[in-house]
Amino acid sequence: MTTATVTHHGKRVVRALGTGAPVYVLLAVLLAALAFTDPGFYEPDRFLSFVKRAAPLVILAAGQYLVIVCGEFDLSVGAIVTAGVVVAAELYGSFPGAPWLLVTALLLVAGGVAGLVSGLITTALRVPSFITTLGMMLILEGAVFFWTGGSPQGALPTAFRQLGRGAAFGWLPWAVIVCLVVGAAAVLLMRSDFGRTLVATGDSERAAALAGVRVARARIIAFVLSGAAAAIAAVLVGGFSGVSAQAGRGYEFEAITAVVLGGVVLGGGRGSVVAAMAGAFSLQALFTLLNLQGVSGALESTVQGCIVIAAVGLGAADWSRLRRRRTNPSGGQAS
Amino acid sequence: MLTMQGVSKSFLGVRVLHDVELDLERGEVHALVGENGAGKSTLMKILAGEHIPDTGTITIDGTAHTFTHPAQAQTAGIGIIHQEFALLPHRTVAENVFLGREPVRRGLVDRKAMERRTGELLAEIDETGITPRTLVRELSVARQQTVEIAKALASDVRVLVMDEPTAPLADHESELLAALVRRLAARGLGILYISHRLPEVFDLSRRITVLKDGRRVTTLRTAETTADEVVRGMVGRELTAYYPPRARPEEIGAERLTVTGGGNARIHDMNLTLRAGEVVGVAGLQGSGRTSLARALFGAAPFTTGRMTVGGTPLRPRRPRQAIRAGIALVTEDRKTEGLALHQSVRDNALLVTRAVSPRGGPPTGREITALLERVRLQARGEDQQALYLSGGNQQKVVIAKWLAARPQVLLFDEPTRGVDVGAKAAIHTLVRELAREGLAVLIISSELPELIGMSDRILVMSEGRLVGELPADAEEESIMRLATSGRRGGREEAA
Repeated sequence: MTTATVTHHGKRVVRALGTGAPVYVLLAVLLAALAFTDPGFYEPDRFLSFVKRAAPLVILAAGQYLVIVCGEFDLSVGAIVTAGVVVAAELYGSFPGAPWLLVTALLLVAGGVAGLVSGLITTALRVPSFITTLGMMLILEGAVFFWTGGSPQGALPTAFRQLGRGAAFGWLPWAVIVCLVVGAAAVLLMRSDFGRTLVATGDSERAAALAGVRVARARIIAFVLSGAAAAIAAVLVGGFSGVSAQAGRGYEFEAITAVVLGGVVLGGGRGSVVAAMAGAFSLQALFTLLNLQGVSGALESTVQGCIVIAAVGLGAADWSRLRRRRTNPSGGQAS
Repeated sequence: MLTMQGVSKSFLGVRVLHDVELDLERGEVHALVGENGAGKSTLMKILAGEHIPDTGTITIDGTAHTFTHPAQAQTAGIGIIHQEFALLPHRTVAENVFLGREPVRRGLVDRKAMERRTGELLAEIDETGITPRTLVRELSVARQQTVEIAKALASDVRVLVMDEPTAPLADHESELLAALVRRLAARGLGILYISHRLPEVFDLSRRITVLKDGRRVTTLRTAETTADEVVRGMVGRELTAYYPPRARPEEIGAERLTVTGGGNARIHDMNLTLRAGEVVGVAGLQGSGRTSLARALFGAAPFTTGRMTVGGTPLRPRRPRQAIRAGIALVTEDRKTEGLALHQSVRDNALLVTRAVSPRGGPPTGREITALLERVRLQARGEDQQALYLSGGNQQKVVIAKWLAARPQVLLFDEPTRGVDVGAKAAIHTLVRELAREGLAVLIISSELPELIGMSDRILVMSEGRLVGELPADAEEESIMRLATSGRRGGREEAA
């Protein structure tokens, strides 16, 4: 009887793996490997600090997911993170006493506006978002460099940095709370009417438009939310690493890698936001593991490149054909 | 010169050609006619080497051929002018005419020779308005077609196949083309001429072959036949399927939608009324403007002129949202790209419209959606199943459920049962009649005349972007086809 239950259960797991997101398995394997390599990893404070470090990427991945699932890209999020950190520092340089909540709110609005611009250009002028947001990234990077001469002035006060490096009740990092809140909001959003029509837009723009979906508006909102998510990430990054003109460098590709790793299909219409965020955790876990194994941090982008290609490649492979070939070895000779 | 014998072809187990015979003499224009889906295009594609027949032989000037590739057909002297031209827009006329067989001199393309030969070819067919160096994109559609013909002639064709050549042309261009076709035939080419337009078929051809449901019905000498006989051959089939009873006069109620003088780039002077409880059919050949009419009513390709009322209120929708708000629904012809988000679940698809445009009376509950899916008799593994994995019939049922969730007043169907199996077809027919009985106004566009006749309370016929007639419920297929094929000439009289 036990065996029967096990096989039944096993079948269900296998089916989930086949159709669902292998990212959860990957994440479990990575977390197990971390425990194996570093027995202290699961001590509460160390694990929470791992989550804290992952938080910006998770938030960016949630934002990036919204854009990718409706069939677009957002390459500008890394530059928005950098710009957010630098702008906050410059603001505090001019108004040292500004309340942190106001500055954070300003950054959120600014991030949203950057997304709004990308979204409007992409939908109204039909410029591919890959180009629009690449342009937005370069514009923001250039503007930050021009404004700061490469070395940003000003420092972020402790109150502002609290979200990034402080902890509630002395043990629960604020970043973890922010990450949970954003994650929950993303899940709720994707269950809402808006979220479902956004996915449908990515799946079939024509079908969505003919069903009365305002597809341009949906996409613009996705860009705005991605920009705002980048601004939240900026607050966290500024909090724990301080001011730098490189604060957000590379985050756009890490976010895209995370989303792809979560099994979300480029081009839109398929994949869940939870899987995308799990992809972000997996990526962070992988980097941590490599770090513990003594692999040079310089190789991070190499690893990332392999992951992106592998994830998209495996997702695109026609497994049924491979299986057929395996069961029917003569099939290959026919062609 | 050319004979095709015993040609059969199946796609995925569906026989689209049964044992078809065709022969073509030197200097003959031989017309091939039939309804949509009769097998004309498949037959031509076999001749062009684009499809490989299951059985049958093709003999050209006494030599039997088996084409497995278009290049072989080309070498054997067969040229095809497709409805869509295969020209490179950014290249010159000469480069297009000699595409893939450019004259070479010392390893380089001999442009001079190429342009000279092209000039000669164009002169031979009396085309003086085109120079070999003109870029194709600068030419009108008619002239591009001439370039296609020159391209075929350059490869020494003996048989020229023309698939609906006048479809993209204006009246005077069609007349020029007819003159060109006659000249080509006079030079000894055999021309297979496919057309929906009977007037031009009678004008040009020596013989007419009628195809129906993949079989050759007859081949007639044009001089000895009449349009009526040809039309009878095209449609003569028995009405066997069962259709639900039509509306009784007292069941037809208030006007739900009216159009007066509606028009846009594709359709002109539309006047029609849809009433509660009534199913109105729209007949017409491909390209007659049927789909454009549905898209105009739905605001997807809006009317630019004329007046329209929905439920008594003036409204000429400029986008689908406005139409949906007013209670109009459109089940499109192509459900895979326009009807469904294929990777989403049945439930998400059923909710797509009401999520985008919240309906009067509030959004439907989960229970209502389940009830709707039962009502359309959906057969699926569950509401979580992806629409992609449903059969064509069940996909169509999901599309219908999606619209019913929005509680519409006017339902427009474009080819409601295309690619749908027999069982689902009957279910959809019954459902449509039920919906009409509940007071919806229904418009059905269909290429299948039996379906149109079986389902409609009256039938509007379109041709060349205009409504050319209205027929009662029990119209004969022949009278519908006669109106639908009346062509531009008939249509113009109507409009004048």
